[in-house]
Amino acid sequence: MHGRPRKSLKQEDEAALSAKAEKLRSLQSQFLVNHHNHIYSKEALDLSAKLLEINPECYTAWNYRKLAVQYNLSNSESNSDSDSAASIFDQELKLVENALRKNFKSYGAWHHRKWVLSKGHSSIDNELRLLNGFQKADPRNFHAWNYRRFVTAVMKRSDEDELKYTEDVIGDNFSNYSAWHNRSVLLSDLFKRKAEGFFPKEKVLREEYEHVHNAIFTDPDDQSGWFYHLWLIDQTVKNDTPLLVSSWPSHGSNITLNENNYLHDCGLSLLNSTLSDTRTLPVILYFNQAVEGINSSTVAVKSEVLQEDLVWKPLSTNNSSTAQIWVAYLNLNNTELQLSKTYSIEITIGHSMGIVSSNGYHYGDPSQITFKLCVQTAFKEPVEGQCAKLTSWKDNDFQKIDNFEESHSTVSADHRIPTTSNWCMEEIDEEITNFRDLLSDCKIGKLTLARLLTALDLLSPQHDKRKYHTEEVLKLYTDLMKLDPTHSLYYKDEHSLVLLQQITSSGESLLPHCHYYKNATETNTSYICLRLQNLSLSRMGSIQNLLWVQMLDLSHNELRSIEGLEAMQLLSCINLSHNKFGSFTALGPLRLLKSLKVLNISYNELGSHSIDTRRYLCSSPLAHTEVFAWDRFEILCGSFSATKFWEAFLIFESLNLMDLNITGNAVADENFTSFIVKVLPTLKWLNGEELS
Amino acid sequence: MGELAAEKHVRYILSIEKKKDSFESVVMEHLRMNGAYWGLTALDLLGKLDTLDVDEVVSWIMSCQHESGGFGGNVGHDPHILYTLSAVQVLALFNKLDVIDVDKVTNYIVSLQNEDGSFSGDIWGEVDTRFSYIAICCLSILHRLDRINVEKAVKYIISCKNMDGGFGCTPGGESHAGQIFCCVGALALTGSLDLVDKDLLGWWLCERQVKSGGLNGRPEKLPDVCYSWWVLSSLIMIDRVHWISKEKLIKFILDCQDTENGGISDRPDDAVDVFHTYFGVAGLSLLEYPGLKPIDPAYALPVDVVNRIFFSK
Ligand SMILES: [Zn+2]
Repeated sequence: MHGRPRKSLKQEDEAALSAKAEKLRSLQSQFLVNHHNHIYSKEALDLSAKLLEINPECYTAWNYRKLAVQYNLSNSESNSDSDSAASIFDQELKLVENALRKNFKSYGAWHHRKWVLSKGHSSIDNELRLLNGFQKADPRNFHAWNYRRFVTAVMKRSDEDELKYTEDVIGDNFSNYSAWHNRSVLLSDLFKRKAEGFFPKEKVLREEYEHVHNAIFTDPDDQSGWFYHLWLIDQTVKNDTPLLVSSWPSHGSNITLNENNYLHDCGLSLLNSTLSDTRTLPVILYFNQAVEGINSSTVAVKSEVLQEDLVWKPLSTNNSSTAQIWVAYLNLNNTELQLSKTYSIEITIGHSMGIVSSNGYHYGDPSQITFKLCVQTAFKEPVEGQCAKLTSWKDNDFQKIDNFEESHSTVSADHRIPTTSNWCMEEIDEEITNFRDLLSDCKIGKLTLARLLTALDLLSPQHDKRKYHTEEVLKLYTDLMKLDPTHSLYYKDEHSLVLLQQITSSGESLLPHCHYYKNATETNTSYICLRLQNLSLSRMGSIQNLLWVQMLDLSHNELRSIEGLEAMQLLSCINLSHNKFGSFTALGPLRLLKSLKVLNISYNELGSHSIDTRRYLCSSPLAHTEVFAWDRFEILCGSFSATKFWEAFLIFESLNLMDLNITGNAVADENFTSFIVKVLPTLKWLNGEELS
Repeated sequence: MGELAAEKHVRYILSIEKKKDSFESVVMEHLRMNGAYWGLTALDLLGKLDTLDVDEVVSWIMSCQHESGGFGGNVGHDPHILYTLSAVQVLALFNKLDVIDVDKVTNYIVSLQNEDGSFSGDIWGEVDTRFSYIAICCLSILHRLDRINVEKAVKYIISCKNMDGGFGCTPGGESHAGQIFCCVGALALTGSLDLVDKDLLGWWLCERQVKSGGLNGRPEKLPDVCYSWWVLSSLIMIDRVHWISKEKLIKFILDCQDTENGGISDRPDDAVDVFHTYFGVAGLSLLEYPGLKPIDPAYALPVDVVNRIFFSK
C-alpha cells in the first residue's frame, strides 16, 4: 500500500468500507467456486470481470479468464466462426483497459493483454494509441514502457521512429529517466548493428552530448541525464577488444635464479621459499577485462627450459572460466640449469584466435613478452628460511632506498596503452571545457569533471605523463567529500584509486614507497617492501602495476577489501593491520596466493559486524561456487561448530601461513585461537608469539 | 531520533490475522502466502517467532500446494512461483522443510524455465527476472540448483543489464531497485557477481538516497521504506553499502513507524502495512540496528536460518 494517509476513518467511511469489503469477499468466493467447477457461463464471466475491475491484482481471476477464452474458442471453432473469436478477444482487451484504469501497475492486467495480443486475433494498431494516452498520464510507468517495447517489436516499428518518440517525450519534459533509458537501449541496438546513419557513431554521440547538456545544465540536481551522460563518456572511450595490460615477468626483464634455488629478480631477492622449494615460477597475464580461452594454443611459449606445455589457470574468486588475470607456473624441477647461462623465454599472445571477452570480442593486439632467466651462485641462506623468525613491521626495520639501481628495472610500471582515435580525445577535451566553464561548482559538475580528466589521462600516451591531471582530480574528490557528505565514502574510494594510480605510474613515483626490509640476523639479505601504509586508502587499486611485489605493507589505512589482490602471485608477506576489514570473507583473494607465508590482520573489525558485505563476493557454498569440505573440517576441527566457524575455515584452510597476527579483533578470543591453530598446522608464529 | 518500537510492531503483526474482514485484507487475500512470509520473517528478526503455533501455519501452507508441486497465494488460488518461494521460505524459518516433497516442488520450478534461460511465473508464461531470482533462491534452499540450466539462467539475467549498471524485468526494461535486488540476488546465489558492474551500479544505487535519508527505487522518485530493503541488500551484496549514510536511513525508517499502534509505513505519517513493516525491520537489520537478528541479503532469511541450511550436517 502506497501513499495512503495514516488517519483513522470517520465512522460512516468505516461502515462504507466494510460494506465494500463484504461485497468483494462474496465476489471472490463466488468466483473461486466457478473457477474450481470450470463454469464459463456468461454470468460467471461477468462476475469475474466485476471482481477484476475492483481488484485487478487477483491473479487467479486472470488465469480463469484465459481458461474461459480457451474454452469458448474451442466451442466457437466448431462453428468455424472467426468473428466470434475476435469478439472473445476484444472482450478481454476491454476488461484489461478497465482494470488498468483502476490500477495502472497491475502486472496481471498487463500480462493478460500481452497474452491476448500474442494469440494474433486482435489488431495491434490500437495499442500505440492506448499507450500514448496512458504514457501521457504517467510518463515514468515502467509497465507501460515495457509494453511499448513489446508492441513496437510486434509492429516492427523502426528503432529510428522510437528514437524520435523518446525525443518528443524528452522535449516535453527532460526530467524523464525512463525516456533517456529507452534512448540508450535503442541507440545501443542501432550501434551494434551498424545501422545507416549510426556508424561510425561519432556524429551521433556528438549530438547526444548536446542533447543531454540541455538536461544537465538546465537543472544540475535533476538526475535524469546524469547516467545517460556517463554512458556517453563510456561509449566514447571504451575499448571493447580485450588487450594485455601488464605481465610478470614484464617484457625485457631479467630474472635471476639462485643456485640454492632462491629466486632473484635482478638483485631483488624474492623472499618466497615456496617458490624455491617447488622450483616453479609464476607467469602472470593481466588483461583489461575478463577473457576466456587462454591455453597453450592461444599463448605460445618458446624456451629451452620448457619441458611441457604451460597450464594456464584463470585467477577468479568464483571458479569462473573467464578472468581478467591468468597465471601459469613454469616448472623448473626437471631442468638442469647451468650456472651463469642465460635462458630466454618468449611468450606470444593472441597470434591465433580463441581469446574472447565475455561480450564476444576477440583479442585485438597480438603481442610478445620476452624475458631472461639466469642462474647465479648464491649466498648461503639459513635452511629454514626467513619464517624461522618473526616478521616485524616496525619502521626501524625498513630503510629508504635512495634510487633504484639498474637492476631494479622490473619495479617500474609496465602498462600498455592502446592507441586511441583523435576524435575520442577531442570529444573528451570538449566535454572538459564545457563542464569547467558551466558547472564546476556543483556536485555533478565536479564529479563529471573528475571522471573526464581521469578518462583523458588514461587515453594520453605515457610520455605525456607530466600533463596528467591527478592533482586536480584528487582535489575535486576532496571537495566532493565535503560538498556531499552523504556519499563521502564513494568519493573517498575514487580518491584512493586515483592516488594509487599516481603512486604506481612510474618508478620515480614508486621510489619513496619502496624500502629495504632488514632482517636483523641476516644482514646480507635485504628485500624490497612496498610500503603504502598510512595513506588513508579506503580501496586498493592499480594492481596491474604491482605484480612484482613480494612484501606489502598496507597497514594504517581504511581498507575494507582487497579485491584484485589475487593477481599479486609473488606476494609472501602482507601487513593489513589497522584497517577496516569486517569479515573473513573479505580476505578471500588471499586464498589464491600460493606463496603467502606472513599475514598481519591485527586491529581490524573481524567479528564486530553482524552483516557481512563480502559474503557473496567470496567463493562459498552459499553461492554454489564450492562444496563445504566437511571431511577436512571434521578431521581438523570437528569439535568446533561449522555454522560459527565456516568463514574462517574457508579462508585459512587453503593457506600455508607460518606467521599470523590477528590480535585486536573482536573475533580473536581463546576459542578462536585454539581453532585457528588446528586449521593452520604450518603456523609457527601466532600474534607475535612462537607456538610451542 | 526515536527508537524502534519493537514490541508494538510484534503486536501489530500478530493483530493482522484478527482483522481478516477489513477491506485491505480482503484485497490482499490472494497473496496471503507473501503476507505470511513478510510477517513471520519480521517476527523472527524481532526475536518473537516462538509465539506462534507452528503446526497451524505449516498445515495451512500445505493446504495451498497443488498437484503440480507449486503453491498458491491462498487456499483455492492457482499455483505461482511467487508464492512457492514464500512457502519454502516460511517452512525454512520454522525448520520444517522436511514436510514437503522436495522433488515435487523442484519439478514445478524446473518446468518453468524457458529455452532462453528465463523463467515464467506460472503456466501462463509471464516472463520476468523476478521469477529467475525466485527459482534460483528456492532451488538453492532445497539444495537442487543443479536441476536447472544455471548458465543459461545467468545469461538471461545479464541480457537485462542496462547502461546504468542496473537491471530490468526483461531485456530493454528500465532499471528499478526491486528488479536489481532480484538480479543481483540471483547472480549472488550462483557465484556470478563478477558479471555486475559494481562501481557503476553502486553509484546508481547510492544516489537513491534522498535528502530525507530515505531511498527511492528509481531516479527522481519519492523515497519509500520498501527500498530500504531492495537498495540496501543490493548495495551489501556488491560491497558498496558504505557509499550511503546509514545513520540518515535509520532515522528515515524510524520516522515511518506508527509509534502508537505499531507497524511501519512507506513514508512518514502514511498508513502502515505488513509489507512495509517487514521491509523496515529487515532494512534496520541490514543496517546492524541493535537488538535485531541479522538477515542474509540474498536469501532474505535470517542469517542463522541460512547457516542452518548450509552448514549443519
Ligand atoms: Zn513501498
